[in-house]
Amino acid sequence: MTLEWIFYFAAAIAFVASVKVVTGENAIHALLYLVVSLLAVAMCFYLLGAPFAAGLEVIVYAGAILVLFVFAVMMFDLQGDRQPAVFQQSWSATWLGPVALTFTLAILLTYILLNGTFDKGIEPGIVGAKQVGIALYGPYLLAVEIASFLLLAGLIAGYHFAKYSTQGEHR
Amino acid sequence: MTALTLLPFFPLFSFLVLIVLSKRLSWHIATAVALTGIGLSFIASIVVIQSLNVSASSGEGLTQSLWTWFMLGEHEVRFAFYVDQLTAVMIAVVSGVGFLIHGFAAAYMRDDENYSRFMAYMNLFICAMLLLVLAENLVLLYLGWEGVGLCSFLLIGFWYKDPDNAIAARKAFIVTRIGDTLLALGLFYLFMETNTLNIQEILAQQQTSPLSDEAAWWIALLLLGGAVGKSAQLPLHTWLPDAMAGPTPVSALIHAATMVTAGVYLIARMQGVYLLAPEILNLVAWVGCLTLLIAGIAALAQEDIKRVLAYSTMSQIGYMMLGLGAGANVAAVTHLMTHAFFKALLFLGAGAIILAVHHQQNIFKMGGLLKRMPLISILFLIGIAALIAFPGTSGFVSKEAIIAELWQSKTAGPVFWWLAVVGAFITSVYSFRLVFITFFGPYRAEHELLPQRHGLIVLPLVILALLALGGGYIPTHLEQVFSAPVASQHGPAWLHTVAIIAPLLGIGVAYLLYFPKTESSPAVPGTSSVYRFSHNGLGFDSTYNALVVKPFVWLANINRKDVIDLLVQLISWNTFTWHSAMKAAQSGRLRWYAATLGLGTALLLLGVIL
Amino acid sequence: MIDIAITHVFLISALLFCVGFIGVLARRNTLFMLMSLEVMLNAVGLAFVGAGSLWQQADGQIMFILILTLAAAEVAIGLALLIRMQHQRHNVDVDGLSKLRG
Repeated sequence: MTLEWIFYFAAAIAFVASVKVVTGENAIHALLYLVVSLLAVAMCFYLLGAPFAAGLEVIVYAGAILVLFVFAVMMFDLQGDRQPAVFQQSWSATWLGPVALTFTLAILLTYILLNGTFDKGIEPGIVGAKQVGIALYGPYLLAVEIASFLLLAGLIAGYHFAKYSTQGEHR
Repeated sequence: MTALTLLPFFPLFSFLVLIVLSKRLSWHIATAVALTGIGLSFIASIVVIQSLNVSASSGEGLTQSLWTWFMLGEHEVRFAFYVDQLTAVMIAVVSGVGFLIHGFAAAYMRDDENYSRFMAYMNLFICAMLLLVLAENLVLLYLGWEGVGLCSFLLIGFWYKDPDNAIAARKAFIVTRIGDTLLALGLFYLFMETNTLNIQEILAQQQTSPLSDEAAWWIALLLLGGAVGKSAQLPLHTWLPDAMAGPTPVSALIHAATMVTAGVYLIARMQGVYLLAPEILNLVAWVGCLTLLIAGIAALAQEDIKRVLAYSTMSQIGYMMLGLGAGANVAAVTHLMTHAFFKALLFLGAGAIILAVHHQQNIFKMGGLLKRMPLISILFLIGIAALIAFPGTSGFVSKEAIIAELWQSKTAGPVFWWLAVVGAFITSVYSFRLVFITFFGPYRAEHELLPQRHGLIVLPLVILALLALGGGYIPTHLEQVFSAPVASQHGPAWLHTVAIIAPLLGIGVAYLLYFPKTESSPAVPGTSSVYRFSHNGLGFDSTYNALVVKPFVWLANINRKDVIDLLVQLISWNTFTWHSAMKAAQSGRLRWYAATLGLGTALLLLGVIL
Repeated sequence: MIDIAITHVFLISALLFCVGFIGVLARRNTLFMLMSLEVMLNAVGLAFVGAGSLWQQADGQIMFILILTLAAAEVAIGLALLIRMQHQRHNVDVDGLSKLRG
């Protein structure tokens, strides 16, 4: 039973950290909360019997992507909301609409999930890196290729957009 | 028959040269090209006529097929020419008189900046007219018919920078278009009934299996409609006086050699059909008769020298129609030929006068020209003499021949004879009114006369004057084409005398009314309401304006927002409305898009649940 | 490894997703929108991994890896655009981009 409780506990941490990310004022703080959230989800992955995914979550997500965030924020001074006064709206005007919409969505999702036929529990067992690797380079080879193209496109686009233009801005 | 093949293409070729090279050509070269085109045509037509006279004395024509134009169902429409004695007269007149007019025009239009364009149109005009008369089938005839209409439009509106000229050109085009439409309908009907549009086949069919009475009646009527439009007869005659807006040689060409004679030619050509519908033949006679009287009366009150001549043309064409209606075909076509001579002479003479008096056309601002330009005046007088059928002139030969046949004709009769004689009387009155006011009395123009030196002005006039005098005696052999004159025996003996005396009487009346009694007495236009009415062409223009033009314009105005257009607009309205609705969604606010996405998902889920 | 009703995993996933979604909708700061997107992607990843465990198959984790790839590419481009935006407009307000509407 302990492990179950650890799972729920990690999920709670992920939720709280995510909320702090979404509502945060300071970009660096928010990023650190995001790291926490990711690590908590990695914990969940591990407990769900997916150690490989948990490792990737920590290494790639928290390790690489979030570091990219941190570097970008620090080097290019993308600090928090420093908006002019005219843009400032009241708390309710900012949050009421999105929360209402999302709440509707959440209720619908919950309704569907609770009325679903998922009577089966998760079987205790581990899907290891070996299994994942075999599947990845077997039936999913095409998907891997496509993903590589996506990364290449991301690379080129990132390089192009972020390049400092010496001939003035193209508007 | 190379000559026959090339006959209408000489002017076409020179037209192409002139229109392509246009302003790059000097006056000399352009003149040479234009005159060569027509001249070669004239020589070719002489050759053709010679061979026609040699080869066929029986009345058979020559056919020259060039190529198959298109297939009309199973019927071949050929691009082919047919020449018989009627065509022979026409091609000789068109190319011969056309050549002389071109010569005159070269001098008359010498200083115009668009000289080449003018000569090009003139050449095309001749080409179209030659195609019209040479056509072996009615489709080709229609091509020439439309070509003539186009060229008249181009030439009447030649000085298009003056809006009045453009309006006159448009009027000529639209009014003749009414006739053209009727002609086209006639051709459709004819094809439906006879299954061919070959003229000779149609005429031959009438011998063996003639058209039904009703079909003949309708076809003849529709063809008459076409002829009436082109030949400026009642009720489609209103374009002709306005057509004087064009340069004078154009008027000469339209009136003498081409265009207005097309209608007469058509009826003469389709005589075989008309004989099946005597009522329509009678109608032809009535149209001619009324036109000649109305035009004569209108001519009595004109002040513009060219308008007088225009109305006289209408009235002379009226004589031709009357002759055709009465069955005096030979005389009518002969009159067509002699009329071409003397009317070309009159118009070119008028052109020479107009040039001399600084483009003044009002006869009340001329006067006393006999002493100042005697040569031109005498040539003009010869033309007038032929016009009123003065004994000894060509006009006398042909017009008296028409009048002589009226009395005994089945489709005409004594009434027509009397009207024709009255018409001859009126002709002579207005002709000599013109002569007395223009050539006698004091000189009333503001400027001195311009000297006339150019040989190209005088030479065509002299040749035409000789033709106007003796042209009636040119042998034509028209009797090979037409059946024998209806009345072999003539009516009472006094008829001939009266017909000869009537024009002479007219001269006397004109002398009493219009001759300037003293050297200084001013000639003034009339002011009475009758005079004004007559001056305005007996109110035909205003009547048509009120009855046709105004309602049409009114209708066009209220339908400015086209009813049919609304349907089309509905499509654009539909698209536009949807576009507006969609545009509202395209706010450019990223978060709004995301929210819409969320809402869509929610709705989708709701759909799944329900 | 553990015995949890799969429904619970999905509910947690949905909850995280909704939190991220709220962030995307509510925040005008593009940087925070990107972070919220990460949260959402992560939530979806959780759902996939949970489903993979349910059937004891590798497919769920493979889907997660693909999502990871997507996230990496997205972050690279998103941050590049963000840098460009900061450079040109001196703020990262997403509503300011509505000038680009057609």
